Amino acid sequence: MLEHRDDQGAKLGMWLFLFTELLLFGMLFVVYAVYRSMHPEAFRIAGEELDVVIGTINTVILLISSMTVAMSITAIQKGDKKRALQLLGITLLIAIVFLVNKYFEWGAKFEYGFYPGAGELAELGYGTILFFGLYFFMTGLHALHILIGIGLFIYVIAQVRKDRIHQEDYIWLENTGLYWHLVDLIWIFLFPLFYLIH
Amino acid sequence: MSEASTAKHVSYLDYKGRYKGFLGWILSTDHKRIGLLYLYTMLGFFSVGAILGLLMKTQLIAPGYTIMGPQTYNALFTLHGIIMIFIIVVPGLPAVFGNFFLPIMIGAKDVAFPRINLLSWWLYVIGILIVLTSQFMGDGPPDTGWTFYAPYSFRTPTNVLPAVFGAFVMGFSSILTGINFVVTIHRMRAPGMKWLKMPLFPWTLYGTAWIQILATPVIGITLLLIVAERTLGIGFFDPALGGDPILYQHLFWIYSHPAVYIMILPAMGAISEIIPVFSRKTIFGYKAIVLSTMAIAFVGYFVWGHHMFTSGMSGRALFAFSFLTFLVAIPSAVKVFNWVSTMHRGSLIMQTPFYWAVSFIFVFMIGGLTGLVLGSLATNVHLHDTHFVVAHFHFIVFGGTGFAFMAAVHYWFPKMFGRMYDANWANMGWGVFFIGFLALYLPMFYLGIMGMPRRYYDYLPSFHGGNILSSLGAWVMVAGLLIIFINLVRSARHGQKTSEKNPWNGRTLEWQVDTPPTLFNFDEIPTVTKRPYDYEE
Repeated sequence: MLEHRDDQGAKLGMWLFLFTELLLFGMLFVVYAVYRSMHPEAFRIAGEELDVVIGTINTVILLISSMTVAMSITAIQKGDKKRALQLLGITLLIAIVFLVNKYFEWGAKFEYGFYPGAGELAELGYGTILFFGLYFFMTGLHALHILIGIGLFIYVIAQVRKDRIHQEDYIWLENTGLYWHLVDLIWIFLFPLFYLIH
Repeated sequence: MSEASTAKHVSYLDYKGRYKGFLGWILSTDHKRIGLLYLYTMLGFFSVGAILGLLMKTQLIAPGYTIMGPQTYNALFTLHGIIMIFIIVVPGLPAVFGNFFLPIMIGAKDVAFPRINLLSWWLYVIGILIVLTSQFMGDGPPDTGWTFYAPYSFRTPTNVLPAVFGAFVMGFSSILTGINFVVTIHRMRAPGMKWLKMPLFPWTLYGTAWIQILATPVIGITLLLIVAERTLGIGFFDPALGGDPILYQHLFWIYSHPAVYIMILPAMGAISEIIPVFSRKTIFGYKAIVLSTMAIAFVGYFVWGHHMFTSGMSGRALFAFSFLTFLVAIPSAVKVFNWVSTMHRGSLIMQTPFYWAVSFIFVFMIGGLTGLVLGSLATNVHLHDTHFVVAHFHFIVFGGTGFAFMAAVHYWFPKMFGRMYDANWANMGWGVFFIGFLALYLPMFYLGIMGMPRRYYDYLPSFHGGNILSSLGAWVMVAGLLIIFINLVRSARHGQKTSEKNPWNGRTLEWQVDTPPTLFNFDEIPTVTKRPYDYEE
């Protein structure tokens, strides 16, 4: 098959895919809105159980990683392979750190019995059950996207090393960057909804 | 490059790529071969779904136990629904004829992302296999109906999980096809093919693709939530955990109503291709058809509540959903008006595709108008969950999409296979099928109005008469299907060979390429100057 190359088209395809991601999470935000309006008080109290410090750290480092991936695209455009690899390495590292933080955060919740199906949670009433159900499902789905992002970054780094992604052809990197910005953006909404609104 | 130059004049059916034989098909990124892969998969499963339907109708030929008990009946209508909705009509015309003809009709060599296109088919097949495991493993086949309504879908002991997860995987396939088509249409139209010079089938594919992109993620997350309810004990839809089952219905229909337009829009597109060709007349109101296509795609998002009139909603919401439902009928009626006006004073050529197209208009109108009966609040309360609803959506989904699919098969068959089918058998198959179809579904309207509920294996003796007629109709219809299928399968292998480029005297680009098309469709990408369907000059 003749390879037909259309970077504009590939980017358009990626944007369309991002729309689908927005709707995927969008419906969860709808579910959140419905149950928050039904149980405002329980959601307020349950929100205070979350660890704002870890949440803030994760927000800050995720924003930084969005910056580093954007910078790596600029580096590739300028033909600076070494700098691009450094920046992608930092991005990958941050993605992993994010998940490590998440692991400790979730671990603490499990210790206290704040997880779906736990007996302790069942006694706290509908609002609290729903809050933690939403918390685990939404941050869990987001963590899955981080995991996919890690896979993409490993692939992209390997491709840059082998010079398959270079100054003239970097659409894979650009699309990975777009995806990563979306993952970041969704977190920007998750963070205040769960951690900050009291 | 030598590979490319030899490929120029070899039909896509004979072309030998990197893989040979069967692998050369299931690993091919050629949009035409992928289209046929979908066609074969669908025909196979359609036969299964039709047999399930026939068994159910046979059960209903008399009250009480005829050939199966209630649990079997529940499992059958569930599987029938999953197959017919998720495996057949949702991918439907876009996956088969969209894949095959969209690139050719807009003057392109392939879709924008050929490898993702193949991935779509693979995801589709994997999804099907996952669904099928639900039948043979665990605690028996699911019995929820294809809608998987909460809370029953996570209370029933039957094997709902793989069915839900399989449908989720098929959703990915649908999304990827949608993205592929939108990018293809935006980026790969031949020089000179402005938006308003694009044929109508690609236009409807465009509207459909947008619905696939914007609605499918909603069912994706909803099905994932059902999975989470069953495995993790997250209770968003479980009243025992504070969840709200009505919320499930909302999320489900936010996708599943637009999905109805995923099914019917490409069908309308195929009909809009066939009517002008067999009337030898320029399509009446091209722009109105384009506009109504996009209007249906848009308004179709906001009518999901009409599936839930008896579920519990505020009076104001009921009113709004009913009003919007009536609104969406307008662009559909515009299309019917356009088709009929195109035929008016045309030189009608009575051939198989045209028979199907005309009967499509007939059954689509019955299906559409009964939809309005269901869309108005007062009658809906009476008819909700009766056989009237079953008859209505079979008239739309089967009568609409199914008839258009048949029309499309008979219209594009010579181009796809380079062979012609036996027209007499095809016409006879159509006639038998059409009579059987009407006998099968028309009595259901009456039975529904009289109060016969759907999804029961039994009924009161007073409904016996209508059910006898309906069940006999089912047998006649399946006989018609057999004639059609045998004729098509036989003709695809042994039919009269033809290399005539334009057997129907069509005006769109697919009738200017070789029959069957070569690997790259065009030796040279054409420049488009005329509007499609120009017959008056």
